[in-house]
Amino acid sequence: MRKNTLFVLFLAFALLLASCGGGEEATPVETAAPVEEAAPVEEAAPSGEKVQLVIESWRNDDLKIWEDKIIPAFEAKYPNIDVVFSPSAPAEYNGVLNTKLEGGTAGDLITCRPFDASLSLFDQGYLAPITDLPGMENFSDVAKSAWITDDGATVFCVPMASVIHGFFYNKTIFDELGLQEPTTREEFFAVLDKIKEDGKYTPIVMGTADLWESATMGFQNIGPMYWKGEEGRKALIAGTAKYSDEPYVQTWQELADWGAYLPDGKEAVKYPDAQSLFTLGKGAIYPTGSWEIPVFEEQSEFELGIFPPYLPNAGDTCYISDHTDIALGMNAATAHPDEAKLFLEWVASPEFATIYANSLPGFFSLSNQPVELTDPLAKEFLSWRETCEETIRNSYQILSRGEPNLENELWRVSAAVMNGTLTPEQAAEEIQAGLDSWYTPAQ
Amino acid sequence: MQQTKARKPFPTHVLVFLAPAVIIYSLFMVVPLLNSLRLSFYETGPQNQLTFVGLDNYINLFTNVNFAPRFWGALGNNIVFFLVHMLVQNPIALLLAALLATGGRGRGFYRSTLFMPTILSVVIIGFIWNLILSPLWGVAETMLSWVGLEQLFKPWLGLESTALVTVSLISVWQFVGIPMILFYAALIGIPEELTEAARVDGASGWSTFWRIKFPLILPTVGIVGILTYVGNFNAFDLIYTIKGANAGPEYSTDIMGTFFYRTYFGQQLQLGNPSMGATVAAMMFLIILVGVLIYLFTWQRRIQSYEL
Repeated sequence: MRKNTLFVLFLAFALLLASCGGGEEATPVETAAPVEEAAPVEEAAPSGEKVQLVIESWRNDDLKIWEDKIIPAFEAKYPNIDVVFSPSAPAEYNGVLNTKLEGGTAGDLITCRPFDASLSLFDQGYLAPITDLPGMENFSDVAKSAWITDDGATVFCVPMASVIHGFFYNKTIFDELGLQEPTTREEFFAVLDKIKEDGKYTPIVMGTADLWESATMGFQNIGPMYWKGEEGRKALIAGTAKYSDEPYVQTWQELADWGAYLPDGKEAVKYPDAQSLFTLGKGAIYPTGSWEIPVFEEQSEFELGIFPPYLPNAGDTCYISDHTDIALGMNAATAHPDEAKLFLEWVASPEFATIYANSLPGFFSLSNQPVELTDPLAKEFLSWRETCEETIRNSYQILSRGEPNLENELWRVSAAVMNGTLTPEQAAEEIQAGLDSWYTPAQ
Repeated sequence: MQQTKARKPFPTHVLVFLAPAVIIYSLFMVVPLLNSLRLSFYETGPQNQLTFVGLDNYINLFTNVNFAPRFWGALGNNIVFFLVHMLVQNPIALLLAALLATGGRGRGFYRSTLFMPTILSVVIIGFIWNLILSPLWGVAETMLSWVGLEQLFKPWLGLESTALVTVSLISVWQFVGIPMILFYAALIGIPEELTEAARVDGASGWSTFWRIKFPLILPTVGIVGILTYVGNFNAFDLIYTIKGANAGPEYSTDIMGTFFYRTYFGQQLQLGNPSMGATVAAMMFLIILVGVLIYLFTWQRRIQSYEL
């Protein structure tokens, strides 16, 4: 009897020790190079057996389109491959994806955020290099720039789409009040004043509660006009321009001037609130980007119009933010690398570009191959590429690598400027001071 | 000789009975906790490799221009968050419990209704209150206008000056049921004879409550206090649901939980920093540990429990 108890006891302790050991091993941060254990050693499934590919994404809005249009088109060509689109919430995507990759439970295909978030995944060995993938020749260097190593040698995601910033407006309200699409700053504010005077509608529909709208849909939307697109963006990276320079202060001054035309209680108006306010026909102008097209077309009952960011002065060169936003890469640890590559090749093809751009009007293919668009609003957005110079958001490349994080800071100060709790000059000072604290441009 | 023979054998069976709890608790609580504490002494490199840096992370957290203001800000906000709970939630819970304990019709109904928000998902709570307080379509402004006070309405959740207190009060609304039930259970456990004797001696309801009932439920008051403390310094979900991980405007609703989340998991373009995150987590652990120790040594030891 006694012997038995001792034995049980011993067993219990052995278990405890074993479990402790297990706990240690399970800590993913300890393993130095996940690349090694992640080596795709497994053979592709023999033909006839169905292989399942899982796509990780933050585009939960697009679930229906992937399931109804994109995936069936692929599966029709490759009946042996079963593709599952498995999105998570946009705000949680980065955290969720990192945890899944560390734990080895991530899907086979990974939707790539632009620039550093994906570069870091590649550096850690989670994303496979795809430089020589057939079909990559369909993309320009600018298109690939968001998913390439700093030395430009290795590409790790297939560019899928970009989004273009601009303004939506309610044509019914514009007709009722006899307004024209504004093209210059002066005209823009004249239109706002007329809407405000009438009093029935909110002139600019936007809130500051979620912080990012002010930066992404405000600052990065009209800013390129002031900092002259790529020229200004590259000057910031080179260190020859500063956020405390005139163009940036002017951009924040614009946002401060918008403040008076935003809905009452703008401080507590969230992004979905603003979308609803506009689609319910209670607001006139909605500064945003082309990604809004499918949502607005489905929900609004009035005629939608768009106009590009306004010019500071008549006759200025026009600059638009045509932001490389989304791409698709391959999990280096996938059990089915051959099938995943087949899918990526297809994503690089004009066939995918056409299906994608037309099922998701507002997401424009980055492919060089001509794509015929059917949606009129999407066509109009795309036409700005011919009349305006293109650039991308200035905080995305390199400048958001340090602490304090530039993008987070831009969100914070832009919202504060619109709320009137920070002056444009203070905002500029704070951003530049934050950047100066860690960034030394290569001379 | 007699004595040595009578010495009891080592009670091995006790260890066997303890083993399941000890193993499970160690495996899922102690080991991860120690590992996380260990991680706070390392630095994470670009390839996820770890280098031992001693107390550097802590020094950074307290002095670095990027971390220190966020850390002290989050700690200060967290203290406000806790004080609102102690000064609003617990007195209201005590009042409600006292009212419920006096009996009367509809007691069961009120007991369940007041407890209801506690069992709702925090996402629903956040959504409902965002709607109620929305300056666009919230009912708050309309309801104020019924009593002619609509000029008092402000976008409370969005203003730097009011956002923190507003989310704290939402949290109070959500969790008031738990201390209420604890107080209630303690109050109805007080034997009738005591209150009856007081009544016979001519004590008013007020003095019966404060002189007899309240001293008898002091142990529960302590437990409620420490539960509030631990819960508040671990809080995260409600603020994340309502204000997001950036806890705006201007970090005015940032508490330890959201600060930890941002540091560990990162944000839009900010990459997560596991070792710095572990440092923040270690500070949260330390703050809670200190609170619990103070409670154990200054409150629980002095308080007398009466066998009723």
